[in-house]
Parts: sequence; structure tokens; C-alpha cells
Amino acid sequence: MKIFRSHVLVCGGTGCSSSNSALIKQRFEEKIKELNLDEEIQVVSTGCFGLCEEGPIVIIYPEGSFYARMTVERVDEICEEHLLKGRIVRKYLFDESAREEKIKPLSEVEFYKKQKRVALRNCGVINPEDISEYIARDGYMALGKVLTEMTPTEVIQLVKDSGLKGRGGAGFSTGMKWSFAAPNQADQKYVICNADEGDPGAFMDRSVLEGDPHAVLEAMAIAGYAIGATKGFIYVRAEYPIAVHRLEIAIKQAKETGLLGKNLFNSGFDFDVEIRLGAGAFVCGEETALMQSIEGKRGMSRNKPPFPANKGLWGKPTIINNVETLANVPQIILNGPGWFKSFGTVKSPGTKVFALGGKINNTGLVEVPMGTALREVIYDIGGGCPNNKEFKAVQTGGPSGGCLTKDHLDIPIDYDNLTAVGSMMGSGGMIVMDEDNCMVDIARFFLDFTVDESCGKCTPCREGTKRMLEILDKITEGKGTMEDLDKLEKLAINIKETSLCGLGQTAPNPVLSTLKYFRDEYEAHVLEKRCPAGVCQSLLRYIITMDCKGCTKCARICPVGAIEGKVKEIHVINQDKCIKCGACMDACTFHAIIKK
Amino acid sequence: MDKVNVTINGITVNVPKDYTVLMAAREAGIDIPTLCFLKDINEIAACRVCVVEVDVKGVPMRNLPASCVLQVQDGMNVRTNTPKVRSAVKMNVELILANHNRECLTCLRNGTCELQKLCDELGIDDIEFQGAKREAKIDNLSYSIVRDSSKCILCGRCVSTCRDVQGIGILDFTKRGFKTEVAPAFDFSMKDVPCVYCGQCIQACPVAALRERSYIDDVWDAIDDPEKFVVVQTAPAVRASLGEEFGYPVGTDVTGKMVAALKRLGFDKVFDTNFSADLTILEEGTELLSRVTNGGKLPMITSCSPGWIRYCELNYPEFLDNLSTCKSPQQMFGAIVKSYYAEKEGIDPSKIVSVSVMPCTSKKTEANRPEMEVDGYRDVDYSLTTRELGDMIKRARISFTKLPDEHTDSILGDYTGAGAIFGATGGVMEAALRTVADILTGKDLDSIEYQAVRGIEGVKEASVVLPIGGVDTEVKVAVAHGTANAAKVLESVKAGEKDYHFIEVMACPGGCVHGGGQSHVSAKARLDVNPKINRANALYELDRSLPKRKSHKNPEVMKLYEDYLKEPNGHLSHKLLHTHYVKRDSYIVEQEEEFAKMLEKLDK
Repeated sequence: MKIFRSHVLVCGGTGCSSSNSALIKQRFEEKIKELNLDEEIQVVSTGCFGLCEEGPIVIIYPEGSFYARMTVERVDEICEEHLLKGRIVRKYLFDESAREEKIKPLSEVEFYKKQKRVALRNCGVINPEDISEYIARDGYMALGKVLTEMTPTEVIQLVKDSGLKGRGGAGFSTGMKWSFAAPNQADQKYVICNADEGDPGAFMDRSVLEGDPHAVLEAMAIAGYAIGATKGFIYVRAEYPIAVHRLEIAIKQAKETGLLGKNLFNSGFDFDVEIRLGAGAFVCGEETALMQSIEGKRGMSRNKPPFPANKGLWGKPTIINNVETLANVPQIILNGPGWFKSFGTVKSPGTKVFALGGKINNTGLVEVPMGTALREVIYDIGGGCPNNKEFKAVQTGGPSGGCLTKDHLDIPIDYDNLTAVGSMMGSGGMIVMDEDNCMVDIARFFLDFTVDESCGKCTPCREGTKRMLEILDKITEGKGTMEDLDKLEKLAINIKETSLCGLGQTAPNPVLSTLKYFRDEYEAHVLEKRCPAGVCQSLLRYIITMDCKGCTKCARICPVGAIEGKVKEIHVINQDKCIKCGACMDACTFHAIIKK
Repeated sequence: MDKVNVTINGITVNVPKDYTVLMAAREAGIDIPTLCFLKDINEIAACRVCVVEVDVKGVPMRNLPASCVLQVQDGMNVRTNTPKVRSAVKMNVELILANHNRECLTCLRNGTCELQKLCDELGIDDIEFQGAKREAKIDNLSYSIVRDSSKCILCGRCVSTCRDVQGIGILDFTKRGFKTEVAPAFDFSMKDVPCVYCGQCIQACPVAALRERSYIDDVWDAIDDPEKFVVVQTAPAVRASLGEEFGYPVGTDVTGKMVAALKRLGFDKVFDTNFSADLTILEEGTELLSRVTNGGKLPMITSCSPGWIRYCELNYPEFLDNLSTCKSPQQMFGAIVKSYYAEKEGIDPSKIVSVSVMPCTSKKTEANRPEMEVDGYRDVDYSLTTRELGDMIKRARISFTKLPDEHTDSILGDYTGAGAIFGATGGVMEAALRTVADILTGKDLDSIEYQAVRGIEGVKEASVVLPIGGVDTEVKVAVAHGTANAAKVLESVKAGEKDYHFIEVMACPGGCVHGGGQSHVSAKARLDVNPKINRANALYELDRSLPKRKSHKNPEVMKLYEDYLKEPNGHLSHKLLHTHYVKRDSYIVEQEEEFAKMLEKLDK
């Protein structure tokens, strides 16, 4: 292997890629070549570093210099100063690391300090398109160990002992799942990796696949050995082109290296993996719908039992594990269940990856030990709400989860705790909301999503969510009644209790949790016809204040002629005519028009 | 099978462990409401109307599971009548109603609608959650089937029936969420898809989302036109189901009352398709004998079922030469009416309106096939279903139950037992064997009941030793009903695993007695009664009661040959009674440009 004195790691995750990190990488390569340093310095495209807010990110080793918000224009200077002359360009470094005299190493930066990276251990570290880099980080050692030293029963026992729970949302014991499928006799069994990450704002699985695809492949082979399956499918969304591309490369390289295919590690065990692309239906993340989709059918949930472990893909015993769950497996095999249980809580060992989004300073991907308080994630790692706005709520679990308040901030995050307060772990989406968010509007947003994404099979989910949405529309338009709130709750409970699959059973959670914790906001909409956060358009009024100079600009710009007033006199908006387009407010030079 | 104890509403029953809670509840005398459930066909737990509260050995199950798919466990305690269950069931039905076109008074299924009945049983007096409805579309472009999305409740019964029972699958769920609907691919019209118009989807539909295209008004117009001479034929299976429209038990033979009703409706002559069924046997039997002795294409396959013919044309064009060239009895009858009968009675064939009453919806499309005419006269002008005849009788205010039994008119009304059993699966085969065996042996055989080809097993096989060209030969036959079973038989022939002389295929499971045009039997009623068996039994009963039970003993048919056709498969027979088939494309795209646009839209 060639030795380089310096490595330039350029983030090649979806976030940074969409801010042109590929061009940055290209410029680095060109400039390094110009400076005749290409024999000494290697440029590597990696997976996600996590701190997407500061992207595109470039990290230069051995110094570990964290260049944030990179642009193509800055590349030449960094090459000449840092790479050629060895002088770190402080002005382009991530603020926090350059704030003090001594440059902070990455591990000391607040964003990373409280994180524990297990599933993400290779993301942002290795080149995901080179199997040798994965192998250099102990890759495929776990598979080797399993195939040469352990029986399938021992593997399952080990995974059971680790207490690993499914990271896709429901939190079912992974070892138990495997143990259900293992004893079933069949001519073919399957291992499916569920990479149909669909929650709005969630991108944990995408990042793992983009940054460390081999970890998933290795884990699938281990799972295959444990249950006696020789065939695996990765069901991944077509909307994740980078992940799909890297998976394709990874599968090809693993096959060429003999780490997938026939007779792995001379053990006589065969395992092969194929990719199946999802066409973007949210419900296909539900395991029974996912299997239908792999079979080439319309993705629709079916009743369980039979569980996939007994009758799964094409009627054969099948296990379905989420990407993040699988990414933990090789580490558990190598380091043992004791190691894994040293993180997290007794009932939920290990770590969990969250996608932080919404009104938060450090948007990005974080991995923390289970049991970390929401407060630590949102404030210490996430940096709190931007612009000193007041934190109002955090939504976990996507469309299936609920909204939690500041009273819940000290809850240690784990499956049971979140469920107990009416939300759920979900796959790890975490959307932060501040005082400017209307909770009725948020509930409406998630419901709007489920109304579209229900598979349409069962009555409560297909019809019920639509009626809930209609009621919420009514409320946000200021036409709601108190009776509507009761109806909403009644419907929500019915949908929860009688829907066929997890999608419907959890779809009302955003509404139920906001009704519970933010009832005052609903009541303000209904009783006072007021949206406290100033979000719901129909409930807003544009008003001209005493600051008006009578310039007539607003009256001229109003598309419906709702503003009246004489020159140099205070103007008035006719509320009956006003269509609340906001054009007057944008046009007013004196900030005399306000929204109330 | 091991048995387990389950308690339902306090009543403990001992049931096989593969029972669902729904079936166990029936044992306990408890009738759990259902809507999407169609036993053995659609058990998908979609409507959530059969939900129950359950605990197993004291541990409550999460949520309210659907009893139609929930397997019993020992120690299970089920409650179907708690406030929670009652409220959930009611709300789910209300949610269905909120998105349903509730024009019940003017709906075709008024009175036979399963949703309507459920509302009555559950005491739905208000629809709490009203709002937007799914886009309403009516597709009435095919000759046979009308699809009305505004009535569809997305139970999926038609989808499962078409896909799993018939092996065709032209209907499926499309779109997602609230916009979900059941439709053919690309939202094509039923006229442009490989539908065989068997109407099994109509039989499965609990509401009026799928129904036959009605020709009742056309028939009234013809009857009311003094210039027209309107004749009607009724298929063998109709008499075994028509009574159900008037409250008779499923499978009651009402031949006499049916004839009386038709006469009172104002048809000028009331004939019987049983007559042309006998005629079919002479033509088809002769064709079979000629193929066997002259080295013609074998196996020969029956051609009575237009759904089957269309299925073959669409899916197995390589078997088109195996199909008997005989027109179906409906078409043969029509051709004879406007030739032989017109000539005999001195009626201008252009004045004759030929109406058929069929257990079938595919017959409507068959009657409209362009080649189904002779000398410019359409064989059959209008084809009605059994249900449509029931409706006409009701509209004419005829008290069906009080009618006397009357007889069909001559000279096309006489029939034998062989013609009568055409309506049941295996009936054509049995009728053919009765005649062929007599001809080949030169005897009037007494043993005429071929039990091996009776019954509702999907594929039936039999063999008979008969002297062919003086040599005792094992004649091998097969009977398939339902297009999925037909495919099985054809595949086995194609693979060389089977070599039959003669195959009977009916498109509908159970044969014509369970055709798409027959009276509706609700999903619930089907748990107690099998219309396929009951109606077939009525026909076999009729067969036994008739003095003549072999087609070649039908005096009117023999007279037809003597006076007019001269001989089976003769020149005139070929002109009037035989037809040809064509390979058909599955999805007709009339405008390629439009199709290209559609693909483009999909790409986006």
C-alpha cells in the first residue's frame, strides 16, 4: 500500500455533494498535481462527517484540520498554504476549532465530544469505494470469525446477549428475530436489509450506506450464516443515487475479493447480495409491504402473522433488518456483547444515530449512546435553536412519532421512554421546533404526508387520516370548533387501534401528542381564531401601524386593492378584501406593516 | 387436526387450530360483521369491520385485530360486543360511507348491497365524518362490464378474484393513500384490457362498483315496437338462479315460471338455449369424431364459453386450432332463429329481434363480435343477464312466485337432459359423451351419467373406452372451469405431460351456474351455501326428470337437420353454426402518441 504524508478527506455524502463537494475534490486533485504533491498527498472522497450544517466539509490529516463551508475558490489557498507550506489556514477552519489559541482537535469539538460512533465509525473516515480501506479498519474480520470459529446458534446467542434492538423504529430484539427464522426448514431463506428510509428529514441510513457500505454487506452475510440464508436483498430508495452507486461498487468489490459469493472463508457458506430499488412509497419501509415490492408487486402491507421469519419473501423464511441495526453487528461480533452493553441503558444498549434537523444550529447526523438526554443532543451537540429563539418542541420518529416539549428534555432517550410519553424512537429523525412553529401546522404537515403515503388498503388509515386532515385544515383556517377537537381525538384513537399495519397504527401520533402537550395552541386557533406562532395564513392579519408615512407604495402594490389611504396619511387595510399575500409588507420601506 | 378451546363472548367452543376467530365465532353462534372478507378468495383484513377485542390467557392483544385473519389460540378470549368494538366497527363503516356514492335509492344494488345491509345491521344513523370524495369515474365502454369508481369501497374482492381465482389480474389497486382506487392498468377502459368479461368481479363486488352493462331498455323498446318480432332464449343455468331474485333458495329450478314470466313480458316467442345446446352436441360431437378419425387437431376444446374463447385468444393463441369451430349455443340459436325459423314461419328476418338471457356477462361481448352474423343478420341482438331478467320481471310487476308453470314454444323450445346440464361444469362433456358413445357403439346406452366429470374440483379427468374405427380406444377427456384451471390444463398439454382427446373449458368457476350474470349471493350467505353446487344439482335433477336425456334424441333438433341443415358439419351448418378465432393483443393502444405521453408522465 502506498504511503502518503497527508490525506485530504472531502465529504462525499449527499448533503455536501449537493453543495458541489465533487468540484472541490476535483480542484484539490488538480492543484496538488500542479504543485507536484500528488505522490505525497492523497485526496479521498468519504462518507458523511455528520456536521452537515457546516458543509461542504474537508478534513486534512494528519493535523485533523476541519475546514468548514468549503468553496472551490478556497482550495488553491489551502493547497499552497497548508499542504505545501504546512501552515493551517485558520480563517477557513470550523469556527469552534479555531476560536482558541490552540486549534481544537475534532474529538474536542462540542458537536463530536458527546458522540459515540459505532454505526458511523467509518463514515467520514474511509473511502467507501475502496474495500481495502474497510478491511484495514478490521472489515470482514467479524464475518471471518463467525464463519471459522462460531456455529450459527452461537452467533444468534451473541447477538441476543448484546441486547441489540432494531434501529428501524419498532425496537424488536435483533437476536430474537434471527432465532425465529433459524429453525425454520426451507430450501431458501432470505436476509433483507431495509434501506427504505422514508421519514421526512431522516438520513441516517443513507449516510451509513454512503459512508460504510461494506459494514452492511458484512452484517448481512453474518445474518445469513446465522439463520441459514444464502441470499440477501438490499431494498433501497431510488432517491439515494450515491448510496446505490456505492453499494453497487461495494458488492462488486466484495465479490471480487471473495467476501461475497461462494464458499466464503473456505467455510462452505455461500452468500450473495442483490440491490432492489424502491420507487418512493413510504409504506414500503413496512416490512410486509417491502417484501411485496421486492416480489415485483404493489407495496401493500399484509396482516401479521405469518411473520416474515416464518413466511416472508416469496413465502420463505426471511429476516428484515434496518441499515443501522446491521451496521452495529460486525462490531458486536468483534468486541463482544459486553462491550456493546457498556454503552446505552440496560434495556436499550448501544448507540443511536439521529438526524438533527429543523430549528437547530448544527443540522446533521449524530450518534449518541442510548440514554443520552434530549437536552444534551439538542443543546450540547445540536447547539440549540438559531437566532436565540426559544425552543418549543422536538419531533422524534417522523410521521409515526410525536412532539415532545421542553418538559421532556431531560428524558434519557430510549425506546421505552419515548413511547411512554407518546412519541417513539422511530428510525431517528429529530426535528427541532422553536417559538415560530405552529404545532397545529406541524401536526397537519405530518398528517398530510400520511394521507398521501398510506398504501390505501385498510379503511381507517386510508379514509380516517384524510378526515383528520380535513379537520386540521378547518382548524388552521379558523373554522374549527371545540367539537372538532373531540372528533379529531376520537378518529385518531380509532385509527391507532384498528389500522392494519404500523403506518396507520402510528399515523395519528403527531396529532395525539400535540393535542396532549399543546392543546392551548389548538384552542387558540379554535376559540380565539388566532395562531400564536403566526404561521397559519388564514388566521393572520396584516396591519398598518402608526409608522406609516403615507407613501402609497403599499396601496399601489396590493393586487386586490385592499389598501386605502391618502398621500401622507396613514393607510388602512380592508381585512375583508385582503388575501394575505404579504406583498405590502415586503414593499413597505418604513416597516410599518406587521403581521398579527 | 388439533383442536383448541376459544371463548367468544363467554361461550367456549372447541375448534380446529387453523380456524380464524371469525369462523370460531360462527361455531359459537356469533355473527361478526364483515365486508372485504370473501372466504378463501379475499382474506386480507382490509376493511377493519370485523375487528374484535382479544386477550390470550389474560394478556390483552395490542389494538383491535381483524378476526377474519386472526388464527385461534388455546385460551383465547374474544369479545365482539364491547363498547370499544362497537364504536370502532361503526366508525370504520362510517368512514367507508363518507367516501361512497350514497345514491342507494337509485342504485342497481339497492336491496342486494352488502354495505347497505351492514349499515342496517349496525344501525348506522349518521355519518359523522364527511368530507372530500375520491374522483368519480364511470367506465361503460365495454359491452359487458361497467366500472363505477364512485361506488367502489376498495375491499379488493374483485382484485383477488380476477388475479387469484381467474388468473387474469386486470384489476388492481392503483395510486396511493386517499387517492387509491381499483382500476385496470394505466386507468384503461375495461374495453381495452385483456379482460375476458367473465363478470366474476361483479359476483365478488359487494356494492355496485362493478356491474353489467344493461340492455334492458333496448329490449323494452323492441318489445314495444309492433313491427318487431321478438324472440327470447334462456340459457340452461338461468333457470337454476332466477328464482333467487324472488326469494327462492339458491339453486331452485324455476323453468316453468321463467317461461310464464317471459311470455307475460311480451316476447313473441319463448324458446330455450337448451335446444341449441343439444344442437351444439351434434355439431361438436361430429367435429370431435371427425378429428379423431381423420387425424385432426387434438385435443379438441369446447367453445361454448365466450370468456374462455377470449382468454384463449389473448393468452394461448397456439391453441386456437384446437378450439371447436362451433359457435356457442347462444349464437347457434340466434343464427337458426333468423334463418330456419324465419323461413319456416315466413317472417322477415330483418324484423326479428333475437334476445338471449344468459348467466353470463361475456355473452354480451360475444353477441357483439363482428363475425357473429349471417347474411347481415346479427345472431343475437341483445344479451341480458339473469339479474336483468329478474329486474324486468319486477318492473313489469309480475308476481313471479304466483305464476303457473308454462312451456316453451316450438319449434325451438324442446330439449333433452343433455342440453339442460350444459350449465354445470362438466355438463358439455357429459352431454357429448352420451351422444358420441351411442354413435360409436351403435347402441342406445343406458349408462349415461358420467360422475367423474361432475363436481366442483378445478380440473377433472376421465377416460372412456370406445370403439374408434373398430378398435377399442381409450378416449381421454379433461374438464376445467375457471380460467386459472384452464391455464393449468393447457400448460400440462403444452409440456406434453397430458394428452387428451377432448377438453371442456368454462371460464367461470363452477361453470355457467356461477356465471357473472347470475343472481348475487352475498359473501355471508356463501359461508352456508355453495351456489355452484346447489345450482348444478338443480340442473342434474332436471336432467333426471326429463324423458329424453341425449341430444341426438331431441325431436326438434332432428327435425331441423331433416328439413334444413341436412347433416351435422354440413355445408349449411358451417355457414350458420361455425366460426373462427383470432389472436388478440392484450392492451389495445389506439393512439400510440397518447401512450408515449403516458410513459413520459410515468418517467417523471
